[in-house]
Amino acid sequence: MISYRSIAKTLLLSAVLLLGSLLATNVSAQDGKTLFSTNCAACHAVNKRSTGPALAGVEDRWPDKTKLHAWIKNSAAFLKTGDVYANNLYNEYNKTAMNLFPGLSDKDIDAILGYIKSVPAPGSEKPAAGAAAPAPEGDNSLLFGVLTLVLAVVALILLRVNSNLRKLSIERSGEASEEEIPFWKHKSYIALIAVVLFIVGGYLTTKGAMGLGRSQNYQPVQPIYYSHKVHAGTNQINCLYCHGGAQEGKHSNIPSVNICMNCHMSINEYKGEKIYTEEGVEVDGTKEIQKLYKYAGFTVGKPFDASAAKPIEWTRIHNLPDHVYFNHSQHVKAGKVQCQTCHGDITKMDEVKQFADLSMGWCINCHRETKVQFKDNGFYSIYEKFHQDLKSGKIDSTKGITVEKIGGTECQKCHY
Amino acid sequence: MEQKKIWQSFGELNQSEAFNKDVKDEFKEELPFVAEDGKSFLEAKAPRRDFLKYLGFSTAAAAAAASCEMPVKKSIPFANRPEEIVPGVSKYYATTYVQDGDVVSVLAKVRDGRPIKLEGNDYSPVTGGGTSARVQASVLDLYDTARLRFPTIDGKEVTFEAADNSIAESIKGATGAVILTSTITSPTTKEVIAQFLAKFPGSRHVTYDAVSYSGLLLANELTFGKKAIPSYMFQNAKAIVSLGADFLGTWLSPVEFAKQYAAGKKINEKSPEMSKHIHFESVASLTGSNADEKFLHRPSETAAIAAALLSAVKGSEVSIADKKLKEGIEKAAKALNANKGAALVVSGSNDVNVQVIVNAINDAIGAYGVTIDWASTLNYRAGIDADFVKLVEDMNAGSVGALLIHGANPSYSWFAADKFNAGLKKVKTTISFNTKLDETSVLCKYVLPDHHFLESWGDAEGKSGYISLIQPTINPLFKTRQWQDSLLKWSGASADYLAFVKNYWSAKVGGETGWDKALQAGVINPSLALSAVKGSFNSSAVAAAITAATSGKKGGAVEIVLYEKVGIGAGQGASNPWLQELPDPVTRATWDNYVVVSPKMAKELVKIDLNNNGQADAYEVNPPKPCVKVTVNGKSIELPVLIIPGTQENTIGIAVGYGRSENIGKAAAGVGKNAFVLAGLSGATVSFSADATVTATGEKYPVALTQTHSRYDTAQGNRTEVMKELTLAEYMANPKEILNDREEELKPYGGIEKFEGQGTIYPVYNRPGIKWGMSVDLNSCNGCGACVVACNAENNVAVVGKPEVLRGHEMHWLRIDRYFSGDMENPNVVFQPMMCQHCDNAPCENVCPVAATNHSSEGLNQMTYNRCIGTRYCANNCPYKVRRFNWADYTGADSFPDNQEGIVNDVVLNMNDDLTRMVLNPDVTVRSRGVIEKCSFCVQRLQEAKLTAKKDSRPLEDGDLKVACQQACPTHAITFGNANNKESAISKVRVDNPYRSFYVLEQLHVLPGVTYLAKVRNAEEEKEAKAEKKEEKKAEKAETK
Repeated sequence: MISYRSIAKTLLLSAVLLLGSLLATNVSAQDGKTLFSTNCAACHAVNKRSTGPALAGVEDRWPDKTKLHAWIKNSAAFLKTGDVYANNLYNEYNKTAMNLFPGLSDKDIDAILGYIKSVPAPGSEKPAAGAAAPAPEGDNSLLFGVLTLVLAVVALILLRVNSNLRKLSIERSGEASEEEIPFWKHKSYIALIAVVLFIVGGYLTTKGAMGLGRSQNYQPVQPIYYSHKVHAGTNQINCLYCHGGAQEGKHSNIPSVNICMNCHMSINEYKGEKIYTEEGVEVDGTKEIQKLYKYAGFTVGKPFDASAAKPIEWTRIHNLPDHVYFNHSQHVKAGKVQCQTCHGDITKMDEVKQFADLSMGWCINCHRETKVQFKDNGFYSIYEKFHQDLKSGKIDSTKGITVEKIGGTECQKCHY
Repeated sequence: MEQKKIWQSFGELNQSEAFNKDVKDEFKEELPFVAEDGKSFLEAKAPRRDFLKYLGFSTAAAAAAASCEMPVKKSIPFANRPEEIVPGVSKYYATTYVQDGDVVSVLAKVRDGRPIKLEGNDYSPVTGGGTSARVQASVLDLYDTARLRFPTIDGKEVTFEAADNSIAESIKGATGAVILTSTITSPTTKEVIAQFLAKFPGSRHVTYDAVSYSGLLLANELTFGKKAIPSYMFQNAKAIVSLGADFLGTWLSPVEFAKQYAAGKKINEKSPEMSKHIHFESVASLTGSNADEKFLHRPSETAAIAAALLSAVKGSEVSIADKKLKEGIEKAAKALNANKGAALVVSGSNDVNVQVIVNAINDAIGAYGVTIDWASTLNYRAGIDADFVKLVEDMNAGSVGALLIHGANPSYSWFAADKFNAGLKKVKTTISFNTKLDETSVLCKYVLPDHHFLESWGDAEGKSGYISLIQPTINPLFKTRQWQDSLLKWSGASADYLAFVKNYWSAKVGGETGWDKALQAGVINPSLALSAVKGSFNSSAVAAAITAATSGKKGGAVEIVLYEKVGIGAGQGASNPWLQELPDPVTRATWDNYVVVSPKMAKELVKIDLNNNGQADAYEVNPPKPCVKVTVNGKSIELPVLIIPGTQENTIGIAVGYGRSENIGKAAAGVGKNAFVLAGLSGATVSFSADATVTATGEKYPVALTQTHSRYDTAQGNRTEVMKELTLAEYMANPKEILNDREEELKPYGGIEKFEGQGTIYPVYNRPGIKWGMSVDLNSCNGCGACVVACNAENNVAVVGKPEVLRGHEMHWLRIDRYFSGDMENPNVVFQPMMCQHCDNAPCENVCPVAATNHSSEGLNQMTYNRCIGTRYCANNCPYKVRRFNWADYTGADSFPDNQEGIVNDVVLNMNDDLTRMVLNPDVTVRSRGVIEKCSFCVQRLQEAKLTAKKDSRPLEDGDLKVACQQACPTHAITFGNANNKESAISKVRVDNPYRSFYVLEQLHVLPGVTYLAKVRNAEEEKEAKAEKKEEKKAEKAETK
């Protein structure tokens, strides 16, 4: 009996450890994704050549991980070391210098690389499944799960074999055998199964409960097929042209019809690349512009009367709970954060979907890592001690003054 | 040092058993772990099964609720966004609070098209950016569900067109049409009325004020030839004597006077100098409580006192029998004479003779031209009682063809309402423009509701020469119309009222651009400050007045005084839940009116001896108070009794403004009794005092008194660690008295200097950047309560209703504690605003099991509602008792609508109506049931100000922000800012006032973020009394030796 117990303990322990490691990879891949979209996504795609090379398999291409880290942190300095691979790369991309990232720690870079690794190759995924794409880390957990199951079955079989053998040996030695208890009635097994079920169930329940009210990847169908890719991507319209409120106040307002009509009074038809819905149905851009005209009460060739316009009922994608105070201008104007940091690569989205899960952990994480405009913004001149410490080197200048350092993770920065 | 006894309640004064038990607990009630049969919950039948049932149901309910899909939300932008509106960004529009003659210039904070808060307008030299509780609360009236939503004829909804046609038919050729209004301060409205009157020959305009100032107006006519009220300038007065004028609370223009009065009360520590205020009154009032010295008299003695004061000022003997009163009058005369040319006497009496004598005193002491100014008049009240009496007679005689009523509500506030109502029936065309179906409107044939002032255009000239403009801040919510538009239409004018106002003022301020500028500023001020005018005093009426005054008959055994409350006024605030729940500054009672009696009378009348512990406790701890029947001239009302020290022993007081019709709102329904019926005519003016008979009925009625809530224990037991008060003489003799006391108290912990580091085993945190701090000057604070209501409005503080206040569940983040000291019959009173002190070493933070309350690097004690699980440990551990628990879902924040029906009362449910909720501040979370909340130092404003500074790339400056209580305060008693910045106002206040600064309960080492400046009273007597006491004690000591 004693041996069973120890085995049960080991199994329990390994199950806990396994779950723990699952959670851990989950977190760092999440970080990596955020870091990637903040720092890299402007020039790199994982599977597509963009301003810079496609990053899938980057670790295999580089001869040495330390070199890769050095290159990412400060590419200009690394070029000067005369590294052949780096210089070839530099030349291949028309001597476009890569941005410097002194702020990224080794851990951050590992997180980014981890994320790149976790993105599946384009062939392995159906192109239309974007909305319901399995989380990248899902593959691993499935593998681990199967592995655990196989091991558990093997362990079970071994235990049965062991007990049968022992029984045989006892019988052979002529001692009176205990009454046979079938293993499904055996208390130890029942307890073991109960514990495993409790842990797995608890994990799933907690995860589910935490996910309540969150809607990452939410991508509703909007009354007008408005393509951000066409507007902000192809035509490079500044985000703030339409969402001007983002630099003035709390809300980054959805533009009113009169803002749309500023351009669409003269742009009556869509002549660009073909656009498709998520289901792969082609969208007639011109027809969508006609929908706008219907709301605006506009007929081509006649003057536009803004007062006759009717508002468009868009479906809201990004929702924060009422007990959270979020101010766009704080981030866009004071913090100089790019829209893409939180909204993802909006210039590549036809239909917008929610990029981040908008969880508190996600907010806090960014507040821990993001530096404030400490030297540039006069507001921070009152933090004299920090300025001195920065100068004297007491505070690591590469880390700088993060939002957290000036109280950006305190409760009443967002909850009041 | 000899400590004087300061006390908040009778229990504390007597150190009674109930008090000592009470102060140990945060919450007054035992938790309801008792089943209905009286057994403990655990011993009750089948608790386990019940428990499982509840558990099962709640799990199932939670699962069902959780498995629901996320609702799809719509985001609907403007179709055509106006350039100046950015969603989520507040705009401020200058406008004016007007209500029955009261005028205060304000800025309305408009958020996404809804006005949600009113702030004082700093451009107005009259109020200097101050407001009152009623101003702050008026924004809620806009969203009152009881407002009339359409015009009616005989109670049936009609269109304005139909009403216009019907009225045109009805008043065609009407003779003797009368426009009956409360006082109108608007110059354009007066013109509109004049146009209307010109169109209908034989018509007239009658002004009616619920609480009349006829006496003052007529006295001025007799002595100055003008039926007007001059400007008072309390800031120029070094000696102020008030004969029952509650000028800080309710008299004429309290916001203006509070500002002026505080100017004379603020002290420069280096060269301390204060005005001296001597007050004579019958029933404890807000102003009396702030007086340096206060003397009590019977209301029937008012005239005699005025006459005696006049003769004393002129150097004659005072012929008053009462020793204390005589002494008071002599003292007042001495102070007035010593400050000739810088002294002022005011009286709240509505007796012409008294006011004539007061004018004579003012003339004798050289007040005119210095402290009283005839250059501009105060137009807040203009009603003459005799005019109204005549109107009622005419109505009854049938000679009034049409009556158009705006603002006035005589069916409620006229003492002989029956007669008025009878007359109303004889008027052919009765039209009411009132915004609610009040007592008068319900009797009118036509009701054409007016806009709320926040929906209106207009102007107001409360003080002549100083114009305040009114502009709409929201589109009219209902089918209402400005009454001026109606008048213009009926008098055949083609222009509407907006055009009328615009033309009128454009012509005066330099055309369109001038008008735009004036509208933006909200005020039109005289280009040069008007130089004071003395006026010519005509003394011919004085002799007759004195004769009349001194020959007046003696009062009966008991006399009654009808008074106005700061919040409710003459009934205008009765339907406003914020004002009903605002504790009266003096009595600390909410939601009711009652009979105010002195401790002495209580002993005889209801057999409560406050010096008897048992009786005092029984009275004070239990909400039901004994009831009495008050009869005046055959009319009687029954009300509960409240014992208030500082009330004359033969006088009782009852507040008017209660007992209103339920038509005007849920908050007014069934609250109190109408005391206006006890008023009567005395000569040609209405008298608000009379002889009365009072008998105990033996019944009891609960009064929601907050006096005994939020009590807290102090180590020394005499409350000097909480409230520091001293006289000017003491201060002059030893300015360092308070500083030395503190030093001595903290000596074991390293003295004041090293206290922070040495008084604790906790580490000392440094605060880089900003450290928020507040300072409250108790010398400026007069306890008016504007801050309390401002806090409610800014922070979505819930109204809980009377039943919940009775249980000590009120939610106010900021309360004003009232402290007594000295003589039980006529004590000194000090007010102390008490809010979360944002302790740097906060005891509440250490005990929270879920870290829902913790400290920010800027010195804020943060409260995170969504993390709070409601253990209430923090509230229990708060030494100041400033944390509030949401016992029920007062705000309707929980997911199921109306799940609190039957748990909270109608008023609270009504506050959660979709319309009422429009007043909520979207930047502040609406708290749900089961969480603690408390003052946040208006963190939403701090964050906004910091963001503004960041956007401009500059350090935060003082002018960037004001917290709500600071902004509302008419006396600027509250200073707030970044204490780390040496140049900020808060740093300067602390540096400039080293002697008066103190922290409440400093020795606890909680390191509060709020400093108080000790109250200094300009009185000498107490020092002598204290010296006597000291000697007594010495003698005692000698004896014991």
